[in-house]
Amino acid sequence: MPKLTIDGIEVEVPAGSTILQAAEAAGIEIPRFCYHERLSIAGNCRMCLVEVEKTPPKPIASCAYPVGEGMVVHTDTPMVRNGRRGVMEFLLINHPLDCPICDQGGECDLQDQAVGFGSDHSRYHEHKRAVKDKDLGPLVKTVMTRCIHCTRCIRFITEVAGVPELGATDRGEHMEVGTYVQKALSSELSGNIIDLCPVGALTSKPYAFVARPWELAKVDSIDVLDAVGTNIRIDARGPEVLRILPRLNEDVNEEWLGDKSRFAIDGLKRSRLDKPWLKRDGKLKPVSWAEAFQAIADKIRDVKGDRIGAIAGDLCDAESMLALKDLMASVGSTNVDCRQDGARLDVSRRDFYSFNTSIPGIEEADAVLLIGTNPRREAPVLNARIRKAFVANNMPVGVIGEAADLTYKSTHLGNDPALINALHDGAHAFAATLRNAKKPMIIVGQGALARPDGSAVLAAAWRLAASVGALLSDWHGFNVLHTAAARVGGLDLGFVPGPNGKSVAQMLDGGVDVLWLLGADEVDTARIGANTFVVYQGHHGDAGAHRADVILPSAAYTEKSGTYVNTEGRVQRGFLAVSPPGDAREDWTIIRAFSQLTGKTLPYDTIDALRQRLEQTNIVFSRLGYLPRFGCTDLTGPSGDPLALSDLPFEALVQNYYQTCPISRSSPTMAECTASKSPVLAAAE
Amino acid sequence: MADVVSFAFAFDAESEAELTMLVARYPAGKQASAVIPGLYVVQHQMKRQTGSAWVPVKGMDALAARLDMAPIRVYEVATFYYMFNMAPIGKYHLQLCTTTPCWLRGSDDVVAACREATGIKGWKETSSDGLFTMTEVECVGGCVNAPIIQVDDDYYEDMDREKTLALIAALRKGKPPPRGSMIGRQNSAPVGGPTTLHFAPEA
Amino acid sequence: MLQDKDRIFTNLYGIHDPLLAGARSRGDWDNTAAILARGRDGIIDEMKKSGLRGRGGAGFPTGLKWSFMPKQSTLPGYLVVNADESEPGTCKDREILRHDPHKLVEGCLIAGFAMGACAAYIYVRGEFYNEGRMLQAAVDEAYAAGLIGKNACGSGYDYDVFVHRGAGAYICGEETALIESLEGKKGMPRMKPPFPAGVGLYGCPSTVNNVESIAVAPTILRRGADWFLSIGRPNNAGPKLFCISGHVNKPCNVEEELGIPMRELIERHAGGVRGGWDNLLAVIPGGASVPMIPKSICDDIPMDFDSLRGVRSGLGTAAVIVMDKSTDLIKAIARLSKFYMHESCGQCTPCREGTGWMWRTMNRMVEGKADIGEIDTLEQVTKQVEGHTICALGDAAAWPIQGLIRHFRPVMEERIAAYKARISSPSRMAAE
Repeated sequence: MPKLTIDGIEVEVPAGSTILQAAEAAGIEIPRFCYHERLSIAGNCRMCLVEVEKTPPKPIASCAYPVGEGMVVHTDTPMVRNGRRGVMEFLLINHPLDCPICDQGGECDLQDQAVGFGSDHSRYHEHKRAVKDKDLGPLVKTVMTRCIHCTRCIRFITEVAGVPELGATDRGEHMEVGTYVQKALSSELSGNIIDLCPVGALTSKPYAFVARPWELAKVDSIDVLDAVGTNIRIDARGPEVLRILPRLNEDVNEEWLGDKSRFAIDGLKRSRLDKPWLKRDGKLKPVSWAEAFQAIADKIRDVKGDRIGAIAGDLCDAESMLALKDLMASVGSTNVDCRQDGARLDVSRRDFYSFNTSIPGIEEADAVLLIGTNPRREAPVLNARIRKAFVANNMPVGVIGEAADLTYKSTHLGNDPALINALHDGAHAFAATLRNAKKPMIIVGQGALARPDGSAVLAAAWRLAASVGALLSDWHGFNVLHTAAARVGGLDLGFVPGPNGKSVAQMLDGGVDVLWLLGADEVDTARIGANTFVVYQGHHGDAGAHRADVILPSAAYTEKSGTYVNTEGRVQRGFLAVSPPGDAREDWTIIRAFSQLTGKTLPYDTIDALRQRLEQTNIVFSRLGYLPRFGCTDLTGPSGDPLALSDLPFEALVQNYYQTCPISRSSPTMAECTASKSPVLAAAE
Repeated sequence: MADVVSFAFAFDAESEAELTMLVARYPAGKQASAVIPGLYVVQHQMKRQTGSAWVPVKGMDALAARLDMAPIRVYEVATFYYMFNMAPIGKYHLQLCTTTPCWLRGSDDVVAACREATGIKGWKETSSDGLFTMTEVECVGGCVNAPIIQVDDDYYEDMDREKTLALIAALRKGKPPPRGSMIGRQNSAPVGGPTTLHFAPEA
Repeated sequence: MLQDKDRIFTNLYGIHDPLLAGARSRGDWDNTAAILARGRDGIIDEMKKSGLRGRGGAGFPTGLKWSFMPKQSTLPGYLVVNADESEPGTCKDREILRHDPHKLVEGCLIAGFAMGACAAYIYVRGEFYNEGRMLQAAVDEAYAAGLIGKNACGSGYDYDVFVHRGAGAYICGEETALIESLEGKKGMPRMKPPFPAGVGLYGCPSTVNNVESIAVAPTILRRGADWFLSIGRPNNAGPKLFCISGHVNKPCNVEEELGIPMRELIERHAGGVRGGWDNLLAVIPGGASVPMIPKSICDDIPMDFDSLRGVRSGLGTAAVIVMDKSTDLIKAIARLSKFYMHESCGQCTPCREGTGWMWRTMNRMVEGKADIGEIDTLEQVTKQVEGHTICALGDAAAWPIQGLIRHFRPVMEERIAAYKARISSPSRMAAE
């Protein structure tokens, strides 16, 4: 570890570090535009100049210069100040003076650093450059005259997103960033280039001219539009969520966010359920909470417990699911299920249904097999982590399932479930790849499990994992990739059929007379019998509400405090950013309030009390934010018969990334993305 | 732009053979090295097929596929290097060097003569008869034979107004004169004969 | 003056057969195996001893550069020859490519052997289409004659030589931009470190040399370092190709010894300055990138690296651009500013933005449409570019303007004054 001195402070940093990194370790901030710690080093903005003793008498770009033993660095000398002032002036001469109408205003690196290094007047008397704007699709707005050519967007799209569609064409002062052929970006992570752009060249199209950053109330929360549990910040003004940004969490999303999670928020304002409804004479009519509750209570009173059931949807928080489960138990029902898609998950052990390797663990893997999953569509941020491992180690990726462009090179083994057992038997070339790997991973998607032979697939995948050395005392390479934010939490708290309990399919097919849908919109409501009394509790007028006899309006994820467990089994908590609209209420409070009418009031009247109950139900809920790494010592597999595989090809569960839930289906922006024909969709068509 | 984007392109047999030869010059897996030579292949094929040497987007896409590159990487390269014409040009590409060494020797007169003879007003424009495109180029590296006009691949050196008019007239007739000095010099030797190398090395 | 017997490029003007038969008659490929038999260290030591300084502009000792290549490496090494000759005023490598290509090909084998390379890539500027074809013909001949390829010259050493054509970008003359370009990317210079000798072409150890540096190597090794050192001046050894362009009676290329007085060079070989030596105004002595020097300095300046650096200019590529008293020097330099703007790769801020700024200001200076104070601003802008960029193109863009201001500031001031007088004159106002 070389030791060096920066501004008199001695620091020791790993060999191969750059001066800029060493300065950060020493607590010295060096201005920069092009440098970004998650992207390759470009060294082009020249803002990070420093002076290094015993080098030629000119400043050095600290972002790219490796540290050396005994190096003496100065970050605040006349040479450095002059250099940075010069660079600042060059960046500004062709930058428009349109800050008042620029959406980056208030959070612009160029603006901020101009205050530090800029001059109060311009010496540039020539015409400023004007650059034609580019069409990058419905999400990213461009004002290319503002571009300072730092190439962060190009590097992100190429390196992290793995969809190389952006580049810098022409050269010199004519260099322009764009796609050259004017096409919508097809990456599901494209919105991140807005965050990365240090100026107002790339801004959010849906958010254009909506607000200034200082007007916004910022609340930390958790995304629920997939099962990754991306850490987000919700920016709201008054009752309205105006934008969602990623929040740094190295263990989950680093600093990335999927486009759906970022841009579907306009769906939060549309098709909202803001008052209770009750079906009278075949027609839904607005009613009071009391009337709605009474109608349900009246219905339940005459129905036996085993004819009552509840299905939890994909966006539910753990608290409301537990409350609903408790409510069902109180009326004598064990008919609860959180697996809308009917995935044959085995809940007898947590590692049978979790992404056990963990997301950061992906980076340690040296071979991956995907079974019935397209992580690019199902969990783009997690997919970026797979790509990261691929780029770093040239990790081989095998696919059993639909062939797709996953943003990294993969070997398509075919789409026959029997391949899983062929690999187990060593009868396929990829088997050696898995066997020779030190830390192989197997990722099973919901598309492989939500089918009649799902248990067999699960068992076969586990058996394969065990046989190729993916299950070791210090490495757990068996992974289930979920698509629903609610799923693992639901499984953890036992929102699955109890003894003699009915599954989703059984409940839909006439197994119950009263069916409580908690945000469940992905089930086939047409299957529900005409005589089944349906309670829909949720926030959008989507499939569930259309079939409902009673509608109980509730809060979307931005409007409530709730606990979510991501696909890894990581417990995280989201917080209320805005109030739910109209008469809508937080879900657990609705269930708690209703329970009073059944005569068996649920034993918690604060969320803290409910969370205590959650922890009692499963100790995992006490590990907020923290996920221990673990291996696998008990190789006993899930209950299915690995040999009972059908020969039906796998179908990925998510066909259209942009529309997967009531929120995203209500979003005009997501509709536009769907229409803009990304290759992902084209492949699905 | 629309035409440039939609213009159909597929490598013909001659181009395919050239590409195979070119790619072989680079180590395995480094076939992207052949992108510049490959863009010439596209441009030459266009010249063969349409009479105009230029690079359509679909040509770049075909090359990208051939070299296993992302199309944008090929677009970047094609637009960075100024010898690729990103739109159709005339039959003869008049590339006039006007950098200081040529300018000192009268490139202004050569430019004026070209404009007069072809009727072209601006740079990167094509004459109405489609015969000529005039491009201002930077130093072509023949400075002791300045001024120079490069017509397609050939240098015409030691130009002046009259020689330029004569050259254009000859091109118009489809009879390009032999390339090199237009005043009969021995390449870059001084006018009137070398001051050095008076012995015959073979002797 | 250099004698014919000491000239290396004996077919400089293309009077004789440039191909193998002719080349052999001029001494090329004469028992090359014996040179290789001296071993890597033997060759490099001799090259170091000769004092050969790189002929591409920077003047870095060639033998020393070769010695930077790792002695042991698991990766293949490459020699990359820079034939992207584009420095305005310079047209010497062109003659080697088209008239003496075998000197280059033989040099490639010897240099590549000395540095442990497996192959040479010769990057020829795209405009040199015919020159590239001649070189390719020479390479093909050399393969056919067993001089390169498997068991080159019977030495037991396998060595390939490939010709690669560029496509019109001056910046590719910068060694790391050239490597990027050769890898199929835009010619954008890399940041250093790492240097090519460690991480070069395809991430492998590489050395980039100018055509002339490589082409003279076989002769140096045949005739010995002492012979080479006996020509020229201390630390500025050997013969060198000069290009004399601009306002001379007989522009030409010529091989002369380093240290020849500029006046002698111009008068002996290029027929003198148009209108006589006293009609001389200024000279750019080493290609567009080096600052110009006024006649007073030209009168007795020797043409070598150290002498020219001593007068705050440089030998550069030894391309002498002569400007007589009829020259509008501001315009001459403004045109170079346009060149650098046009050739800036656009990667880093000071060059991308600064070259355009400098050119636009220079353009106004040509007219005189500026304030006197803007000369200082312009000079400051050049200083803001110089030393702040990834590669030396920024410096190259700054220096010509700095040279102009240093030596001809009064001319710029007069131009501005004249413009001001013109637009404020009553007759003009009346006319408007």
